[in-house]
Amino acid sequence: MEHTAAPAIELRGLTKTFGKVVANSNVNLTVYKGEILSLLGENGSGKTTLMNMLMGLYRPDKGEIYIDGKLANIQSPHDAISLGVGMIHQHFKLVDVLTVRDNIVMGTKGNLSKSKADKIIREIAQKFDMNIEPDRKIYSLSVGEKQMVEIMKVLYRGARTLILDEPTAVLTPQEITRLFDILRRMRESGCAIIIITHKLNEVMDISDRVMIMRKGEGMGTVVTKESNVRDLVERMVGAAIDISIQCPDVNVGKNALDVHKLTVLNSDKVQVLTDISFSVSQGEILGVAGVSGSGQKELCSTIAGLMTPSKGAILVDGVDIAGKSARDIIKMGVHMSFIPEDRFGMGLLPSMNIIDNMLLKSYNTKRGIHLDRAQAKKLAVDVVEQLHVYTPSIYSPVRMLSGGNAQKVLLGREISSNPSVLITAYPVRGLDINSSMTIYKLLNEQKEKGVAVLFIGEDLDVILELCDRVMVLCGGKLTGIANTKEVTKEQLGLMMTGHTLEEVRANG
Amino acid sequence: MAKGNMPIHVTKRLDDESRMRAVLLRIAAVILAIAVGGLFFAALGFNPFEVYGELIKGAVGTTMARRMTVRLCVPLLITSLAVGLAFKMRFWNIGAEGQIGIGAIAASYIALFHSEGMPKVVVLILMAVAAFVAGGLYGVIPAYFKSKFGTNETLFTLMLNYVAFYTIQALAQGTWKDPTAWGFPKIARFSSNAQLPMVLGVHVGWIVALALVLLVYLYMNKTKQGYELSVVGENENTARYAGMNVRKIVIRTMFISAGLAGLAGMLQASGADKTLTESIANNVGFTAITVAWLANLNPGAMVIVTALFCILTKGSDTIQSVYNISPAAAEVFQGIILFFVLGSEFFIRYKVHFAGFISKKEGGKVK
Repeated sequence: MEHTAAPAIELRGLTKTFGKVVANSNVNLTVYKGEILSLLGENGSGKTTLMNMLMGLYRPDKGEIYIDGKLANIQSPHDAISLGVGMIHQHFKLVDVLTVRDNIVMGTKGNLSKSKADKIIREIAQKFDMNIEPDRKIYSLSVGEKQMVEIMKVLYRGARTLILDEPTAVLTPQEITRLFDILRRMRESGCAIIIITHKLNEVMDISDRVMIMRKGEGMGTVVTKESNVRDLVERMVGAAIDISIQCPDVNVGKNALDVHKLTVLNSDKVQVLTDISFSVSQGEILGVAGVSGSGQKELCSTIAGLMTPSKGAILVDGVDIAGKSARDIIKMGVHMSFIPEDRFGMGLLPSMNIIDNMLLKSYNTKRGIHLDRAQAKKLAVDVVEQLHVYTPSIYSPVRMLSGGNAQKVLLGREISSNPSVLITAYPVRGLDINSSMTIYKLLNEQKEKGVAVLFIGEDLDVILELCDRVMVLCGGKLTGIANTKEVTKEQLGLMMTGHTLEEVRANG
Repeated sequence: MAKGNMPIHVTKRLDDESRMRAVLLRIAAVILAIAVGGLFFAALGFNPFEVYGELIKGAVGTTMARRMTVRLCVPLLITSLAVGLAFKMRFWNIGAEGQIGIGAIAASYIALFHSEGMPKVVVLILMAVAAFVAGGLYGVIPAYFKSKFGTNETLFTLMLNYVAFYTIQALAQGTWKDPTAWGFPKIARFSSNAQLPMVLGVHVGWIVALALVLLVYLYMNKTKQGYELSVVGENENTARYAGMNVRKIVIRTMFISAGLAGLAGMLQASGADKTLTESIANNVGFTAITVAWLANLNPGAMVIVTALFCILTKGSDTIQSVYNISPAAAEVFQGIILFFVLGSEFFIRYKVHFAGFISKKEGGKVK
């Protein structure tokens, strides 16, 4: 591809080490004006470190940064923005109780009158079709609109180059389409855009070129049109791997998990789940889709006995466990396992070794005060061996393991108790492709063994491939349950924003 | 160069960096501390080598000195074990000072009013049990409020120290005042029945302390309860997830932690002071915090750290009288030692970069 435009940003030979860890090694990157560049790589491949150096959050050990062809000395995000580089972070940095205008203007110099500020904001909004009234309060906006405010904030400060860190992670398919339209309009007006992502479909959809990173090194840049998904994966992982997810046909048995009219209030007495009813059969994976914060976390916590429902029943193998604590559930002999979403915040003991992590659920099975580690040690050896956990030894603290290996330790422990119901909340979050595929395989193995699996997911493509059925939550309400073969991503997207399955089918 | 940029960056070290480095850093810190302490003495007009010689001699040079040093160690070691248990659970018990006091009050009650007509062993065991239970219950108060209402245990335990301190003062000036003390506000000396026996010239508390080191080690590492308290300390959510009763564990652990501190109070009153005074705790409750952390909450290491601390304390007492140095100067010296030793922990855990220097050498900074 010919580049008639001038380069907006040029990174030459950037290197950054943290202790012994080389986060970036001699990385080069160029993005031209009027171009969308995807920065693709697995977790820990150095994408964020590279962008943080460009933003002045880290100082490179070596290398040079050129902006608009001029050598730049960026020492802080303030320097970066004054050179026209702005970043939209994954987690929004907005003040909820203030207006859109206040959030956009906040921190800029000079004292613009309201009407002048509004004029600039409306100009930007109109130019890129982001329709948000400056007077609205942030808390009244949807996730997609909040993201637009973040974008406007950066544009207001005069950014000509935008970096977006995993911008689609929290959006519905419809919101993603809208975002991509805005980004294309920006490209047409001559902005340079860098998108950090690991979703391959989106890379193919939006970008002009893709720069791939692996283990801190640049793996070259390809023109999107001349490439394909398989090629990108191979560059990203370093080997050709099969990224298709199986959904084996299993004869389903009777219902293992029955949730009936479940209503849950949180600690502020706000209703977070309303009248949820569903069931999962033996040998079935039921996916749960929804914008994050739609009640998935509360659903898992309530089933696992960490939150008390105000109404409803939860039957595991016919035994009602609603309102019982995790302790009671274990005592009742109910075989249920729960893989929480934040594995280091709940589920694992980061600074303890693998043996002591194996002990967590079983330490109290024998009588007496003595703590018996023999069984746990055996289990630790088995899990490390069978799930191929990469660790120096079973005596290493779990915090030293990579995300994928830590997840295998957690999953290994939970599977070892032979559950009849397995609840997994975002089990592949933060994992690389290989580890994710291993986790999917393990879940399928459990399904084939006749376990009922509840799979809370964020990637709709994965849910549609892996699960037998999918249910959608929106604002704590169930908007529908469908067979994954009979529903499309777009339909799920509409259900995620509150339309019921019947409405969607009737209109679609 | 941009404004407002610090030329120094501090980053956390990764865990797998060498242990050798940590050991060397600690040794370097001690050497530096001794050197700077020497300069300090030289500035006061003394020969630092002589002062240090006298310090060592004063702490461990004679049988008498050694006994005094061991006597100092007993309450400090037990209290370090006590706060160490709570810290392992990430419960910031800085109220050992008060728990020592309350334990000593309970023991003194037995000693003053119920020590006659019973065999000595029974009296002493009663005193120990009373001290443990009273101290323990005193520690349960903040634990209960924390687990029930989420109150801040740091403030709570700290404030309870004053309650205990003034309770002893009130007792000494009021109901428990010794009528034979010519009006001095002090409590009577314990009857011999309520005084700890001596073993090798030091009250039997030192054997108790060493036994407790072993017991606490076993409790922390080989029992279910020890595992539970570590899990709660590591991550309360995970504890709940595993079906643990977090409130029960917090209260139970604080009962044991504060009970141990109470026991230290009993040993100090009955073995060392032979009575109850308002200086019973004598800052041991706070020093124990430093000891526990320097020992990395490891009971075995606490023995060594405690011994070094007490040698320093006893030694500086001696040089105070030998060289007629003011108590303040001796404290400055102790401060210097602690400053370097604690300071080295910072460099063990964090790495300091001088951004300006690096960029000039390696060309990261560009013009």
